[in-house]
Amino acid sequence: MNAAKMIGHQSLWLARRLLSGVIVVWAAATFTFFVQFLMPGERAQIIFNANSGNVGEIPRDQLLAINAKYGFDQPVIVQYGRYIRDVMHGDLGQSYVQYQPVTDLIGRQIGPTIALAFAAVLTAWIITITTTVLFAGRDNIWSKALGGLQVFLATLPPYWLATILLVVFAIQLRLFPVVGGNTLMGLVLPTIALALEIYGFLGQAVLSEFTRVLDQPFITSSRMRGTGDLGIRLRHALRHAALPGITLSGWIIGKLLSGAVLIEAVFGRQGLGGVLVAATSTRDVPVVSGVILVSAALFVATSLFVDLTVQLIDPRMKEA
Amino acid sequence: MNVTYPTASFRQNATPPAASVPLLRVQNLNVSFGPAHSRRDVVKSVSFTVEEGRCVAIVGESGSGKSVTARTLVGLTGARSHVQADRLTFQGKSIDHLGDTEWRALRGKGIGFVLQDALVSLDPLRPVGKEIGEALTVHRAIRTGGELTERVVELLKLVGVPEPAVKARQLPHELSGGQRQRALIATAIALDPALLIADEPTTALDVTIQAQILDLLGETRERGKAVILISHNLAVVSQMADEVIVMRHGEIVEHGSSEQIFGNPRHDYTRSLLKAIPSVRSRGSRLSSSKAPRFISAERDVTKALAQSDIAQRSRPLLEAEGLVKHFRGPDGKLRTVVNDVSFRLGHGETLGIVGESGSGKTTVARMALALERPDLGEVTLEGALWTAATEKERRQRRSDISVIYQDPLSSFDPRWSIERVIDDALARRRGDPLDRASRRSEVSELLDLVGLSSSFRNRRPLELSGGQRQRVAIARAIAPRPKIIVCDEPVAALDVSIQAQILDLLGDLKSHLRVSYLFISHDLGVVHHLSDRVLVMNHGVAVEAGGADDVFLRPRQPYTRKLVAAVPQLRFQAA
Repeated sequence: MNAAKMIGHQSLWLARRLLSGVIVVWAAATFTFFVQFLMPGERAQIIFNANSGNVGEIPRDQLLAINAKYGFDQPVIVQYGRYIRDVMHGDLGQSYVQYQPVTDLIGRQIGPTIALAFAAVLTAWIITITTTVLFAGRDNIWSKALGGLQVFLATLPPYWLATILLVVFAIQLRLFPVVGGNTLMGLVLPTIALALEIYGFLGQAVLSEFTRVLDQPFITSSRMRGTGDLGIRLRHALRHAALPGITLSGWIIGKLLSGAVLIEAVFGRQGLGGVLVAATSTRDVPVVSGVILVSAALFVATSLFVDLTVQLIDPRMKEA
Repeated sequence: MNVTYPTASFRQNATPPAASVPLLRVQNLNVSFGPAHSRRDVVKSVSFTVEEGRCVAIVGESGSGKSVTARTLVGLTGARSHVQADRLTFQGKSIDHLGDTEWRALRGKGIGFVLQDALVSLDPLRPVGKEIGEALTVHRAIRTGGELTERVVELLKLVGVPEPAVKARQLPHELSGGQRQRALIATAIALDPALLIADEPTTALDVTIQAQILDLLGETRERGKAVILISHNLAVVSQMADEVIVMRHGEIVEHGSSEQIFGNPRHDYTRSLLKAIPSVRSRGSRLSSSKAPRFISAERDVTKALAQSDIAQRSRPLLEAEGLVKHFRGPDGKLRTVVNDVSFRLGHGETLGIVGESGSGKTTVARMALALERPDLGEVTLEGALWTAATEKERRQRRSDISVIYQDPLSSFDPRWSIERVIDDALARRRGDPLDRASRRSEVSELLDLVGLSSSFRNRRPLELSGGQRQRVAIARAIAPRPKIIVCDEPVAALDVSIQAQILDLLGDLKSHLRVSYLFISHDLGVVHHLSDRVLVMNHGVAVEAGGADDVFLRPRQPYTRKLVAAVPQLRFQAA
């Protein structure tokens, strides 16, 4: 295949991927829109309760007023059309509870969440690469201990680990702030707590592939050329072993975007997870939908990034 | 080849050893594996020497210790091995008990090593140029990037890879099998080592490519380098080697010049190996020392089956393929014609051999004969009735008329099933008189007996069997439903010569006793010639030539067939 054709092939693939990404986000939007009708209670009631601060039955006139204001009196299909149109214009609606646009609400929280997710995955990768290159496939006690440690970390509840870290390093040793907010120092402990859990999974995936690759004929072939052990590990085995880890990382990042709630809670951090929990408990539908929609979009972007990275490392994937 | 070797600058500075000292001396080498209490000896008191500019071949079957012996010379026998030798010297220096750094200095620079099957012996994620460059950079033979690229391209050119500058940037899978093997050889000779060890360098290659690779190794020897060639293929060895070492169970059974080993073998084992090679001479004779079995039960069955069959029907061809065409879509989305207008007939009790190199479309033809693949044009008829054009429902009850044996039976067995269950399952599909459980049980024993396995095999699992035993089970399974045709797709390609000989003998015996027809597919011309009545030669999906086996192989008319026949390495020095 010549280069020009390869590039054409590649952009076609990219276009197809972007289109399927748009479909995924649209499906998420449609799903969250229709699911709100399955939730118990009138939406107007939720808004009324949030406005008035009490939980009494909504008066008839208030009900009509709120329905008219939010367009709940329109047919469902009209509401759906309006919602999709707004989403396409980047408008995710108004929070029922907090009287502000959902985009503002999410915009403020998304930064810390992404920072934490990427910092945690990056840290996990650093630990994974270091321990794998140093210990994998060696016929010694450290190699065996490494596998055991990974299983232990994978099974450990991360919020428990987070609490321990908090008590030891923040409260007793006072090395880090207890409530870190968005400072760099405040990012350290939650990152470590999450990274160790991720390492439990990521490390296992990379370790097993690394060990398998070390037995391949092309490794022996390279040794027969006089390549040293470190060269074998860094130049040959690591690339192969990284592939399953990268695929796994995409999934982990996607999960962390809305799933780091407990860690965020322990360290008093802001984040999408907290927003989602609060919005769900107050039935703040636009916020819930917004968070799901943004998570879906980030997930699509991450998996595209993951696939591109995999192709960069293993060009054979381009042809598949 | 008109390329000169770019050696002078990176040839070793060491003065050549005195004439009396051989390049390599191995004296009483013993290698064992495993922990002290359960050590397994794989190489036992092996001694030999290799002189400069000579080619020494080590031949033997799997498990003979030939590869381990070779790996000892570069210190790569593995962590759990114990190597012991009275003397192990290379260029006059002891290479016994070297440290890791010293071994690394020797590998690639003093001794080059080529493994078989470059597809898995080159890193699939790195451009081949990088792999060749690695050989240069790890020994710090090259300083600058520009010089490195230049040297890599020179080396690829030297080993005869076309468009070397382009290929250097490509990944192994983008190169053809032959180009890949050449590139792998380039990594081994990059620093012009005094000794090149090639372990089965042509095993995964087609005959025409094999001939080219052997030429390339021959050129290395002509440049004054020593070559150790490890192979199970005696014909290949007879073409290349000055001296031959025959190994069996870790020991040297015979060691001599090529002329002596092939012309006048002294040891029984050497003689049996030579006799086991299927070729034009071996037609009609047995390859292994096994006796033809008696086949009492089978004979009875066959007579019964014959009595039932319609004599008139038997004058028609059993299987007939007419104008088969098959396209497949390649990874680039383009349609490739894999089989183009192929027709053949297979008569009762006849063996039709299909030969061709990889990618010739022979396996696709087999799959269409089995109606596992529907031809895009043309059709296959079975006993005059629709076969590929029939619906799968119509075919299902006639499937027992046509069986198949594959190259690797292991992947066609459920690993959890016992051998009894494997065969019983095939028996249950026998048409006509359905067998009850008890008679199926005794039938399994008879079938195992027929393929030369004892009844004790019935409770074993496929993984517990050797390659030859598995192939016997596959044959038992194939004949269980009493087929009229057995499609054999490379049935002996993965077996050692002596095992191959036994399986070919078994197939020959079964043919005459069960009166089945074989559609026999192989890349090995000798194997096809040995067994087939008629032959079809395929190239790039086209049937190039067809005719009687002797006509096609001894008096080929088409240029492609001539090229193919000429490329097959012949045993030299053999007494007529």
